[in-house]
Amino acid sequence: MKQQVLVLYLATSALDSDVVGWSRYDGTGRTHPTTGDADEPPYKTGLAALQDGWRLFQASQLIPPHPGHEYDTSFLKHEFFFEKL
Amino acid sequence: MSTTKQLLTSVQVARFVAQGFLRLDGVVPQELNEDAIAALSAGIPAVSYGTPLAKAFQEDTFIHRLLALPVVAGALESLVGPEPTVDHHAVHVREPHEGSAQDLHGDAIIDVRPDAFDVQLMYYPHEVTADMGGTLSVPGSHLRRINETDIGRVQNLRGQTRLTCPAGTVVLVHHGIWHGGRRNDTGRRRYMYKIRLNPTVPQVRLWDTSDLHDPAVTAELNTYFPWYEQATARLEIHNRVLLWRALTGDDTFDIDYWVTRVTNRPALRSHA
Repeated sequence: MKQQVLVLYLATSALDSDVVGWSRYDGTGRTHPTTGDADEPPYKTGLAALQDGWRLFQASQLIPPHPGHEYDTSFLKHEFFFEKL
Repeated sequence: MSTTKQLLTSVQVARFVAQGFLRLDGVVPQELNEDAIAALSAGIPAVSYGTPLAKAFQEDTFIHRLLALPVVAGALESLVGPEPTVDHHAVHVREPHEGSAQDLHGDAIIDVRPDAFDVQLMYYPHEVTADMGGTLSVPGSHLRRINETDIGRVQNLRGQTRLTCPAGTVVLVHHGIWHGGRRNDTGRRRYMYKIRLNPTVPQVRLWDTSDLHDPAVTAELNTYFPWYEQATARLEIHNRVLLWRALTGDDTFDIDYWVTRVTNRPALRSHA
């Protein structure tokens, strides 16, 4: 069994919020996703990926802003990792 | 063609502050594009870090002619001011059928200057079609604090720009923009010339400010992009307001009270 990984970046920390970014890595070698290869996300929400059979195995933690850096922006905050085998 | 330097308007600079880049489509004459392709194929001369732009390139080079075009010279002066220095320049080539794309990244190292920025000029001397690996860039990413390819895990973002453009297109980008060369699925080499310029003067009202109070300025600065998280999007506007204040010298400017509200610290007064 080879793992396929889907990473979804969501609009809020809720799993049923809209997808704003995405990545795919295919351990089967059948597809070769890469940077900038699509303009439309594979699912509208994180929940839609679950409904299509993807299994959630990691979600980003909710980390409070570091004092003095409350207005800094950086990586996308709401990152969810899914897999199919 | 006009020979007078064409400064940017306030609305254009506000667009740059919001999006992190400004496109000038097809502004370079075809004759110069052809000279550039020949020169890029042959290789370009090295330029030492910090060389004044005025002394960096001989007048007969395509680079000098490109940067002297009134529309290009005016846009650069509007953003980095007169007499910038050359940080570095390079030829970027996406080879035919090379199979993969660059990771999404910001250039150089993390650079969080609140009141100054470098500009990178990207020049495409030939048409770039959808499958030629035109640069991927992410509008509104330039104020996010990431270091180089640490963002490489992210492949696609809603509202990203996969550049297609006519020959002779110039894109000016803020140093912090997230970008990457896309996979070239054609049989043609895809060229891009890039030069990074450092300001040598404070970047305050360097453009044509006659439209500074046009409502369109605020509208540009208040642009939300589809990839922003709901909450972080508000911080993006807050941070743009701070940059616009730095660029205009107007520390009262605000949008929807975002900065004013969180900096309101009434002093204790005696009521005696």
